This record gives sequence, C-alpha cells and structure tokens, in this order.
Amino acid sequence: MTFEEIEKKALLEWRVLEQVEKPCLLVGAATCGRSAGALAVIDAINKTLKEFNIEAKVIQVGCIGLCYAEPMVDIIKPGRPRISYGNLTPEIVSQLIEDYLIKDNTRPDLALGYIGDGRVDGIPALFDLPVLKPQVRIVLRNCGFIDPENINHYVANDGYKGLVRALKMEPEAIIQEIKKSGLRGRGGAGFPTWLKWDICRRELSPEKYIICNADEGDPGAFMNRSLLEGDPHSVLEGMVIGAYAIGANQGYIYCRAEYPLALERLNIALPQMEEYGFVGDNILGSGFNFHIKIKEGAGAFVCGEETALMASIEGKRGMPRARPPFPAQSGLWGKPTNINNVETWANVAVILEKGGEWYAQYGTETSKGSKTFALVGKVERTGLIEVPLGIKLGEVIYEVAGGILKGKQFKAVQTGGPSGGCLPVNLLDLPVDYESLTDAGSIMGSGGMIVMDEDTCVVDIAEYFLSFTQAESCGKCVPCRVGTKQMLNILERISKGEGKLEDIEQLERLANTVKSGSLCGLGQTAPNPVLTTIRYFRSEYEEHINKKRCPALVCRKLISFYILPDKCAGCMICLRNCPVEAIRGGKRLIHVIDQDKCIECGTCLDVCPKRFSAVVKVSGVKIEVPREPILVKGS
Amino acid sequence: MPHELAEIFKSYQAEKGAVIPLLQKVQENLGYLSKEAISEIAKFSGISESEVFGVASFYAQFRFTPRGEHSLKVCLGTACHVRGGSNILETVERELGVQPGGTTSDYKFSLERVACFGCCALAPVMVVDKDVHGRMTTTKVKDILGKY
Ligand SMILES: Cc1cc2nc3c(=O)[nH]c(=O)nc-3n(C[C@H](O)[C@H](O)[C@H](O)COP(=O)(O)O)c2cc1C
Ligand code: FES
Repeated sequence: MTFEEIEKKALLEWRVLEQVEKPCLLVGAATCGRSAGALAVIDAINKTLKEFNIEAKVIQVGCIGLCYAEPMVDIIKPGRPRISYGNLTPEIVSQLIEDYLIKDNTRPDLALGYIGDGRVDGIPALFDLPVLKPQVRIVLRNCGFIDPENINHYVANDGYKGLVRALKMEPEAIIQEIKKSGLRGRGGAGFPTWLKWDICRRELSPEKYIICNADEGDPGAFMNRSLLEGDPHSVLEGMVIGAYAIGANQGYIYCRAEYPLALERLNIALPQMEEYGFVGDNILGSGFNFHIKIKEGAGAFVCGEETALMASIEGKRGMPRARPPFPAQSGLWGKPTNINNVETWANVAVILEKGGEWYAQYGTETSKGSKTFALVGKVERTGLIEVPLGIKLGEVIYEVAGGILKGKQFKAVQTGGPSGGCLPVNLLDLPVDYESLTDAGSIMGSGGMIVMDEDTCVVDIAEYFLSFTQAESCGKCVPCRVGTKQMLNILERISKGEGKLEDIEQLERLANTVKSGSLCGLGQTAPNPVLTTIRYFRSEYEEHINKKRCPALVCRKLISFYILPDKCAGCMICLRNCPVEAIRGGKRLIHVIDQDKCIECGTCLDVCPKRFSAVVKVSGVKIEVPREPILVKGS
Repeated sequence: MPHELAEIFKSYQAEKGAVIPLLQKVQENLGYLSKEAISEIAKFSGISESEVFGVASFYAQFRFTPRGEHSLKVCLGTACHVRGGSNILETVERELGVQPGGTTSDYKFSLERVACFGCCALAPVMVVDKDVHGRMTTTKVKDILGKY
C-alpha cells in the first residue's frame, strides 16, 4: 500500500466515529483511569447499552490528563459535539446513558465540557476550562482522543506525515529542522537534540543504534507512561525519523517493568507499523531499513542513566561508566548510539510534520516548545499537563492545578524528582525554563512537579529523597555510595530531634563533595533536595534541631497525639480503631492515649467524629490530660 | 533440566545480551529464580553462575525465594509519600504480619514496596497482582485484602 492509500483507509475509519448514526463512547482507560475504576465503568456501559438495546461503539482511549476527574467518558452523539463527562461511577454512567442517549438530556451537571465545533447549552467548551486554557497540546495532541491500539486513528490525525516528509529529505536537512525548532532533551539535562544527533551522524560506523529511554525512574512522575499508553505511535514515528537522520538500523525502547500497559501498547503498535511498512526493511519504499526491539527494565533507578541503561541492554549489571567516550561515539556494544527520552522522540514527529519554526514559536529564547508535567501532590487538580516553556510556576499551580487542596497554604513545589529541588513561595513568579530552574538550585528534570502544602515537612522531604537515592546508588563510586549514606544519617538524626547545630554545615559540606565527586548524574544531583531545602527553609531545620519541634507536624519522633478531656464524649471509636491498643477508655469515659505505646499513626485523629474533634496533634508542647480514663463531664 | 526451562530457552537462541529477558521469563513462569534455575541459565548463556547471580541481584525485580499467591505492592513514590503512602504500608504490614520483601506464612501474599506506578495523580496507590487501587485510605486496606 502507498502512504496515500493507507491515509485514505485510516480517514475512512476515523470519520465513521464522528459521522455515522451510531453514538460512540470513549473511555479513558490508561493506568490512571483504571485505578480510578474505569474498567468497572466500561462493564456498566456495556450492560446498560445491552439493556436498552442501544447500538453504540465503545472505545478505550488514553488519558487526556484530567486525572482528578477520572474515571472519564466522552460521548459522541450524531449531530452534537463530543461531550466529556467526569467523576463517573458504574451507577452514574448507567443513568447518564439512559438520560443522554435515550432521553436526549445532556446532563450538564455531570459534564466537564464539550470538544469541537458547535455548542451545547449549559456546558462549557472543554479547552476553555481554567485547567486546559493555559496548556498547549503538542506532545499530548492525541492522548485521550484516539484509540492507541489502532494505528489508523494515529494516521488519520496526521500521523506518520512527518516520517513521509523526512524520508524525502537529506539527513543533514532533518537535523537542521530540529536545530531550528530549538528542541532540547526532555529526559532531564536539556541537551540540544540536534547537536547530539549531528555528532552521532558524523561517526563513521556501519552499525549505529538508537535508544528510546522509557525508564522514567523519577518516583512521582508519569509523563512518559501516559504518552506511551495514550499515543505510542508518536514516539515510534520520532524514532524512525531519528534513525534515518543518524543512519542507524537498529533501535531499542527501554521501558520500565512497572508499566505493563505501556509495554502492551508498544507490543501492539510495532506489528501494526510493520504491516504498513513504517518500520522494518525498505521503509515506505525508501530503501532505508530500521528495526525496533522492546527491552523491559528490571527495576533499578540508575538504569535511567544512559550508560547504565546500555549496560543493562547488554545484559550486565546496570552500572554507569565515566564519559567520555560519549554514547554518540561509543555506546551500545561499543557502537555509536543516540539516546533520547520518550517525550523528545514524540516532539520529533510533529516538528518534522509542521516545521522547526512552527515549534519554536512556543517557549522562551533558550527553552523552546512545550513540556509535559506530572502535576501531583496537594493540589486540587492533579494530572498530566503540557504547557509552553516559560510559563510561571505560580500560573501552573494556581490556574492549571486550581490551587492548594482544601484551601491550605502553599509551601513548596518540587521539580526534577530526586535530582531536583524544592522551591518556595517567593519563587512562584519563576518562569519554568531550563536556566531559571537551574539557577534556583533545582532542575527541569523529566517533568515531575510535586506541590506541597503547609502540612509537609521539608526535612522529611529531604530525608525521603535521600533515602531513595541512597538506596538506588549503584555503589560503584565512593562519594555517592558513602556520601549519601552519611547525609542520610544526619537527616535521620535531625528528624528524630537528635540533631546538632553544626549538622547543617556538615550537610552542606558533604553535599558539595558528593556533587563534585560522583561518577554519574545520580550522585551529582542527589544532594539537590537537601541543599534547596536548607537554602530556602533553613529555619525549619533549626527548629527541629534547637526546639525539637516539627512545625509541619510530620516527623513522628517529634509529634504526639492527645485526646482533649473537655471534648472527648467517650464514644470509643478511636479505641476500637487504634492499631496498637494504645488507647484506654470505655463508654462515657474520657479516653487516654498511652504515649509509650502510641506509634503516632494518626488513626485516632482520622476517625474521631467531626462533631467532637477531640484528638489533637502537637509538637514541642505537652497537653494536660487525666492519667486514667474518668467519667465524661455531665454524665 | 525441568521441561519448563527448556521451553523458555528455546525461544532465546542466539540473542545478544539476553540474560535479563531470560531471567524475567523464568521468573514469570516459575515465580522466582531458584538455585537450579540460575545454574541452568548460566550453562545456557555460557557465563558463570556468579555472573548470573550478580546481574540478577542488581535488579530489584528478581526474587530468590518462592512468592505468595498474590503480589501486593504499596507505592512509596514521592506523590504517594506526600499523601500518606507510608501509613498504607504500615497498615498492610500490620494486617498481614509481614515486612516488605516477605511472604505470609500461608503463602497467600507477598508484600513489596515500590517507587511509583505512574498513577501519582491518584495517590496513595496500592497494587494487588494487576489491580491498581488508587486514592487509598487506611480503612480501605482491610476490605481490599479480604477480596483476595
Ligand atoms: C540517575 C539518572 C536517572 C535518569 N533517568 C532517566 C529517565 O528515567 N528517563 C530519561 O529519559 N532520562 C533519564 N536520565 C537522563 C539520561 O541519562 C539521558 O540524559 C537522557 O535519556 C537523554 O535523553 P534526552 O536528551 O532526550 O533528554 C537519567 C539520568 C540519571 C543520571
Ligand atoms: S508516587 Fe505513587 S504512583 Fe507515583
């Protein structure tokens, strides 16, 4: 089949969705949707359709990024724009089908918004919502809209046009196009993509390799997972273009094993590509051969580092090695190798389709284009977003994410995962670009953005990240292996209230040694969470050390729970729920927590009925309570 | 050599750097990497047993003891940590009476801690076999365990 024929066939199949008499239901069934209950929603849909004898198509799509509203279903009814519904349950979706598909009531109360041309009374346009308005959709253009298991959907939405164009160009011209776009690596370091390609292209070698880094080890980030689950072909198309430009005939996707659905979608996508001649021998009649293999990671954070990743593909322990030589000169099996992140590859396909200049209109002078972020933590609207680079941190947190959960105070935002830092409130005006974030002591990273509120303790966060990097250190170099352990010991001491004032300086000294002496990026950046929290929240460290107090009431060794005698009604709920039987009391008796037995889990605080609110959490103060349970006053 | 191993080896003939996929396949089929399996893999790949074990022990995925019927993983990634993942883990530990890495004495559950499933927007998250449970609370733990 020629590409024109493929395109025609794909368009025919795609248009059927929107134009034919039958309604179509699209369910967001990526991993996030599934964990919110999307599969139960699909069962309910099928049951209800059968019950009312409605003929309709039900399709599973990826995630549009509004994870806070999962499970989500879009309904296309002939003659109406597509409408997105959120926060569904099996019961609600059954009712919705009955109301909308039979009684033609659009249920504006359940709708998030409509998509496309036309208007629906009482329902806003989806892309006018505050969460979507500041966003641009380049990488995520298809996520949540197309069936990721159907290559025709991708082709019908301008897919593989970039490849067709690239195959008619000289490799140098492709690299020039990428240069014009200003695209920089989305895996963390932000290295100019064109330059990396150019170095690898110039290497004279009959064998070269291309790798897609889908290890996504940053705990708290899921941009790459969503993209691979929602639109695998966009990544694969980018890889074929890159391989052609560089002159590589073999490619690998290294995907972490914790992402079974992403792996499944890739395994479905590859044979479809082969069938259409987008990968394999003599791609689209160009004479160019390129094959892709999928490698499953085995659970090691350091394997996201490029040299460690290659060692892992070679079947060895995934330990990094010193650079130079750089992978572009000597990479996988000693051959020139080009490695890029999932998101970088997905950008390549669009850039080739629409041109480098088009891409460069987004972003800032030095950070062009858009970036996806996994926006999580204590915000109203968690999810996956894509914003133009240069957008202000505050705009992301307050406009897109809708501010802090339950109206609490913002404390810090963490970017760059274990390699990044915590930025405080006075940096909310900071533009999100590579240089600004680095100057502030953090990094862009791969796109994790974790928002913390007043109830988060920065010492705890620093300890958390360091315990992660310390455990994931491969142990090859001393500064990283021993340095992170020593830093962790000090942090543990501080969070237990056993810190000394000189500990802060000692941490800073160690941090600088680990940064400058480590072999790979893991160690070189591991101290960042500690350094930024000291830089921006030093007084909190001092309070832990001097006053033995955790102001955010998080560090367990520094907090206590008490039951207020004048509020306790003797209902026994806390007593029954305490996992370690540390509460004494009885019916109509004032309950008492045995502080020696208490493990500070907070269950009593969670279960105490709102109308009593008798349990308090404190740090650095003691509250007078009876020694033994006594009768509740007035009983 | 057990029949299962021979079957798995067949499909890996002559693939460069295939030790890790081989270990994965064997673990997927047998549940864990027994001493015998490691020694057979070494013979098959033409490297020493200690090299095979060296590779396997580097990666968090590989197990060297039999696993329980269900695998239970609690996420302690950053998003889950910030939203109380460690409380979920502690509750599970108490309910099952095992620590991460351990298996209940009736071989029903094996417990593990994991750094991120990529469902961070629904934190805290717990995964039993292939079912992802998002927006977890300590009170939901017992109900969920009861379903298996
Ligand atoms: C400890 C460590 C972990 C890393 N993890 C990842 C990862 O999960 N995904 C990724 O794309 N890059 C990761 N990187 C960066 C890679 O080494 C490499 O720079 C990147 O894949 C290059 O692609 P890019 O130019 O498209 O960004 C990691 C680096 C270090 C030091
Ligand atoms: S941090 Fe728990 S799923 Fe990502």
